[in-house]
Amino acid sequence: MSRQAWTGALHVLEHNALVYRRTWRGSVFVSFAAPVMFLAAMGVGLGTLVNRGTPHGIGGFSYLEFLAPGLLATATMQTAFSETTYRLLSRIRWARTYDAMLATPLEVQDVLTGELVWLAFRLLMVATFYFVAMFLFRTLLAPGAVLAIPVAVLNGLAFAAPIFAFTASQQTDAGFPVIGRFVIAPLSIFAGTFFPIDRLPVAAQAIAWLTPLTHGVALSRGLTLGTISMQPALVHLAVLLLYTVVGIGLARVTLSRRLAP
Amino acid sequence: MIGGNLRPGTLPSLRRAGSLVERNAILYRRSWLIIVSGFAEPLFYLLGIGLGVGALIGSTVTLNGHSVRYAVFVAPALMASAAMNGAVYETSFNFFFKLRYVKLYDAILSTPLGVLDVAAGEIAWALVRGTLYAIGFIAVMFGLGLAPSPWTIVALPAAMLMSFAFGAAGAALTTFLRTWQDIELILIVLIPLFLFSATFYPLEVYPGFLRLVVELTPLYHGVNLLRSLTTGSLGQAMLVDIGYLLALGVLGLWIATLRLDRVLLK
Repeated sequence: MSRQAWTGALHVLEHNALVYRRTWRGSVFVSFAAPVMFLAAMGVGLGTLVNRGTPHGIGGFSYLEFLAPGLLATATMQTAFSETTYRLLSRIRWARTYDAMLATPLEVQDVLTGELVWLAFRLLMVATFYFVAMFLFRTLLAPGAVLAIPVAVLNGLAFAAPIFAFTASQQTDAGFPVIGRFVIAPLSIFAGTFFPIDRLPVAAQAIAWLTPLTHGVALSRGLTLGTISMQPALVHLAVLLLYTVVGIGLARVTLSRRLAP
Repeated sequence: MIGGNLRPGTLPSLRRAGSLVERNAILYRRSWLIIVSGFAEPLFYLLGIGLGVGALIGSTVTLNGHSVRYAVFVAPALMASAAMNGAVYETSFNFFFKLRYVKLYDAILSTPLGVLDVAAGEIAWALVRGTLYAIGFIAVMFGLGLAPSPWTIVALPAAMLMSFAFGAAGAALTTFLRTWQDIELILIVLIPLFLFSATFYPLEVYPGFLRLVVELTPLYHGVNLLRSLTTGSLGQAMLVDIGYLLALGVLGLWIATLRLDRVLLK
């Protein structure tokens, strides 16, 4: 990408930062309070029941330790979903923010790059807050645990990019609740966050491994518990990267088609 | 300034409030998939949390002296959470959009409808949607064998009471919000209610003083009411649950009406 294009993307990024400067309070509070509450209720509270039922733990770990990295990955998926649906369609169609941007020397590619970098920043924020909460709950057992933060960001982008592409092709918001209910909600529950994926029927396991979240959960869990080995780690990374790169490519097509005169 | 049909002793007119419900229903005719897809979610939760996590827990949970499977324990709580979330989303996000953005009610108030009809109509619409979801939930619970008691049928009107109570409370809160960012406040209330209302584990997990705090919150009473019915462990505490939810609903409707009067007819 030329220097010119990065300057354009920086302007879009600056726009987002200026808007966020006025609206950050609620989202920062939710980003930190939600992990603490989820870890306390599901990890500690529900954990007392699970630990009673599985005295040797799940693979030797307490339910809280098992659950926390899964919740981290799930949280970045959910952030990606909420940041790339209504908010984006509003900028494309309702508030027509992008039309205004394109009336300046900015181009579609600048808008896309600026938005993606902004999404990565928001995901980094959510992942870092979650990581701090996980530290406070003593669920980080390995020195490589800090790598779970970039993995969670990549996991978020693996959802944000394809959903971005979808949103840019939509005329109304009718499709968003459908994605929420048939993709995001079932993945939150069945992608290995709350119970090991090998408890699912074989066919369901196969489907789960085709989705990014299952790989994001497995990789962050392996990193915070210190159980990951190189080869599966590379496979998980490759799947997350594939979804992200293909998603960006598709978003480029749908957004250009949508915004080009 | 008090709107025309807010005089003491005036009840919301069924016909007038009903016309608002009809308006919402006509709009949803085009996006019926959203409503139908609401049935899929209970299935995911009951299978994933009830059976999936339930298998990890293995043993039974003690409830009012007798023990039940974890899936049976958690199912009514998931139903109660769905009733709360469904009702509050309708009277917060959707209601806020109509109130502050499309200014729907400014147009409606130029018809024979008053602010009380608007509040009652929107809450009634939340109740209609909540009833549809509750029917789906009860069907799934029977299908998966998670409703051991015949009293489960009564969980339908109980869930409708919950939809009314939480729909009204949501509408009352929403009238105080000014921007989309304020809407995050609703999440800040909903998340802890969902997580800590004896939803996923019995109240006994908490130390004494926390139990008292939980017993003061609304979702706890919805969970307790539905759980008593679906597991057939009826008791006098249910009267407290019903009284609490009724009071919350009436209070919410009253505040929502007063606030709408101020916001729309100032």
